[in-house]
Amino acid sequence: MASTILMPALSPTMEKGTLAKWLVKEGDAVSAGDVIAEIETDKATVELETDEEGVVVKLLVGDGAADIPINTPIAIVAEEGEEVDAEALAAKAVTAVPAAAAETADDAPAAAPAPEVAAPVVMPEAEYGDGGPDPARNLSITPPPEGDPVLPDGTEYVEQSVREALRDAMAEEMRRDETVFLMGEEVAEYQGAYKVSQGLLEEFGSKRVIDTPITEHGFAGMGIGAAFAGLKPIVEFMTFNFAMQAMDQVINSAAKQRYMSGGAVSAPIVFRGPNGAAARVAGQHSQDYAAWYAHIPGVKVVMPYTAADAKGLLKAAIRDPDPVIFLENEILYGHSFPVPQVDDWVLPIGRARLARAGEDVTIVSFGIGMTYALKAAEMLAEEGISAEVIDLRTLRPMDIPAVIESVKKTNRLVTVEEGWPVCSIGSEIARQVMQEAFDWLDAPVMTIAGRDVVMPYAANLEKLALPTAEEVAAAAKQALYR
Amino acid sequence: MAKAAKASGKGRGRKAAISEFSAEQELKALHDMLLIRRFEEKAGQMYGMGHIGGFCHLYIGQEAVASGVFMARAPEDDIITSYRCHAHALLAGADPKAVMAELTGRAGGVSKGKGGSMHMFHAPGRFWGGHGIVGAQVPLGTGLALAAQYRGEKRVALAFFGEGAANQGQVYESFNMAALWKLPVVYIIENNQYAMGTSVARSAAKAEELYNRGLAFGIPGEQVDGMDVRAVHAATARALKHARAGKGPYVLEMQTYRYRGHSMSDPAKYRTREEVQKMRQEHDPIEQVKARLLQSGAATEDSLKEIDQQVRAIVAEAAEFAVADAEPDAAEVWTDVYAAREA
Repeated sequence: MASTILMPALSPTMEKGTLAKWLVKEGDAVSAGDVIAEIETDKATVELETDEEGVVVKLLVGDGAADIPINTPIAIVAEEGEEVDAEALAAKAVTAVPAAAAETADDAPAAAPAPEVAAPVVMPEAEYGDGGPDPARNLSITPPPEGDPVLPDGTEYVEQSVREALRDAMAEEMRRDETVFLMGEEVAEYQGAYKVSQGLLEEFGSKRVIDTPITEHGFAGMGIGAAFAGLKPIVEFMTFNFAMQAMDQVINSAAKQRYMSGGAVSAPIVFRGPNGAAARVAGQHSQDYAAWYAHIPGVKVVMPYTAADAKGLLKAAIRDPDPVIFLENEILYGHSFPVPQVDDWVLPIGRARLARAGEDVTIVSFGIGMTYALKAAEMLAEEGISAEVIDLRTLRPMDIPAVIESVKKTNRLVTVEEGWPVCSIGSEIARQVMQEAFDWLDAPVMTIAGRDVVMPYAANLEKLALPTAEEVAAAAKQALYR
Repeated sequence: MAKAAKASGKGRGRKAAISEFSAEQELKALHDMLLIRRFEEKAGQMYGMGHIGGFCHLYIGQEAVASGVFMARAPEDDIITSYRCHAHALLAGADPKAVMAELTGRAGGVSKGKGGSMHMFHAPGRFWGGHGIVGAQVPLGTGLALAAQYRGEKRVALAFFGEGAANQGQVYESFNMAALWKLPVVYIIENNQYAMGTSVARSAAKAEELYNRGLAFGIPGEQVDGMDVRAVHAATARALKHARAGKGPYVLEMQTYRYRGHSMSDPAKYRTREEVQKMRQEHDPIEQVKARLLQSGAATEDSLKEIDQQVRAIVAEAAEFAVADAEPDAAEVWTDVYAAREA
């Protein structure tokens, strides 16, 4: 009985892969367990083993074929001497792909957005203080007065994935400062569990790119101790779900250190790694910690969306004298964005970015939430509603002045995040805007968040537990009383 | 593990011949231990008078441990400990006035009055605190050692923790990495027999062998008479030599005793008065040194009294300052959460 070999999904977030190289040719005999091809996923090159016994009748894609969606037929194996209609088999295999799976893949936030226009949208002028504490508003830190660096005319942009941008940020800072080093699980020899640290071991050696045992509490504390002594550690958590093991060190030893020593001892350290839901990894691997960390005085919290922001803000985080929680997202790692090609791209921690200018309603989001916000803005545009989209980029300090400036124009506000709704980032934005700009609001602030449930595994339930662009658009219309 | 067992406390520590101190060393030890004792006694009084608030963990009875360790360390070696940290701050060179003013929550405190009893620091003396979560200082101390190794410096990190903390998981996470990477760190278990109200026998498996807690990682350990400052000094010197030579971590279990409760609010009903009195009468670290000094003729009753008076004067001055000093400026509530922005 002939069978069709399909492009396999080799990671939770993989949607497409490249057939790097066939290791068999048509006519070769294969048996179960033989490696037949090398496949490049978004994270790694993986050897594909066959489960079939027989002869390779037909290779349906060539070496180097890129962007092959999962479940695409790539080869046909048949029994020795069997007559095979390869085309019919391949066609049948395609129609056999379950409809639900196809739909999930299409609608998942992972669907790559069109690259944004390179030219930055200019942020409207808001009023900023000196970036220090604001006792009147009960804030220990506020957005800095300096905005994004002004790029010279004719600056070139290069399309880069968030993953590459993060890697470049670390490499540039490690070249610049001998005291910067990276430690975490699988960061060195494995090249990063999500390939973010690819190539760093080769360039910087094992002294500065340190593989740790699986011991989050321990290595988080060690990183902080090293920071006391003047080093600038970057501690990678394989995901922030595992950082709960290290929460005591992050908060009690890093965040509170400067204050409780009256400024005598501090911990300049970056904790980074993927945060939030990936895809189909269920309850314990899908939590968004944005609101948890944003609650803590003593840390700064960054959660970028674009590659340019990921790069510029990670470089700033590494240079920062205080501990920075840098929340990445597994799904965004593979997304590409234009990144300006300048010598030293450093962005101010604490300033928002205007992602899309509009007049009728303000949508505020950050991190992967931006995928819903931007898609919703497109949908609204089709209905003649002009939405302004603000990417917070940093959650502590939070650029509320930018949000208020926009609300003064639109008088309506929708917040979007994947995390839980209770005591969320959206709740905090709503509180501050209500207190600071009550008279400018023409409708209640709408807060769109993930469902108040544990992340389910089933594809349909997972989808139901996350926000949607439709929901964001509907909230915007509700704020507009339409 | 035959090798590690051999390298461990068997035949070492308490049974090892005590290396004698010179008269100068005895006098130095006496001064340091007396300073700690008189300071802590005064802190206890001031707590009773309401000048000190919150938690206040005194070091009385354990003086030989910190004193012996500090006498053995090189000035550049890093020190970190738990919330029972007044002694370590004093020995690291913090001004007794500033340590006492921290206890009273005044502007002139080592942490500007923002840390209190549990959060003393003295960065110039490479004393990194003063940490309130039991066991958390162990990974931090291991990180100090990582920094030393990273920079190719010869300094060693000395991480103090109690026998209660020795049951925390992060201690073993640290042991693993320290042994794996041969980090220059000495783990000092201050076994004062009681984790708050729970005796070591009720909380630790193999309670009589805490010095072997690193054995599974190949970390040598010694049990030390922590009431004898000479034994503490000698064991610490051996451990430092080992760590400084690049041979990795070392565990010292200092058998000691605290005379006071876990903190000022602890009535210490979990042990008998007789037990405490027996330790005081037979093993007091200060009395041991005094007796030796008198016996050898290196000191007289009068000269000892003079030392005590000198120390009492330092402590009295500290207490006076700590009560007279101003409370922190109200604006200080908002500073030091983050680094001040560069102007």
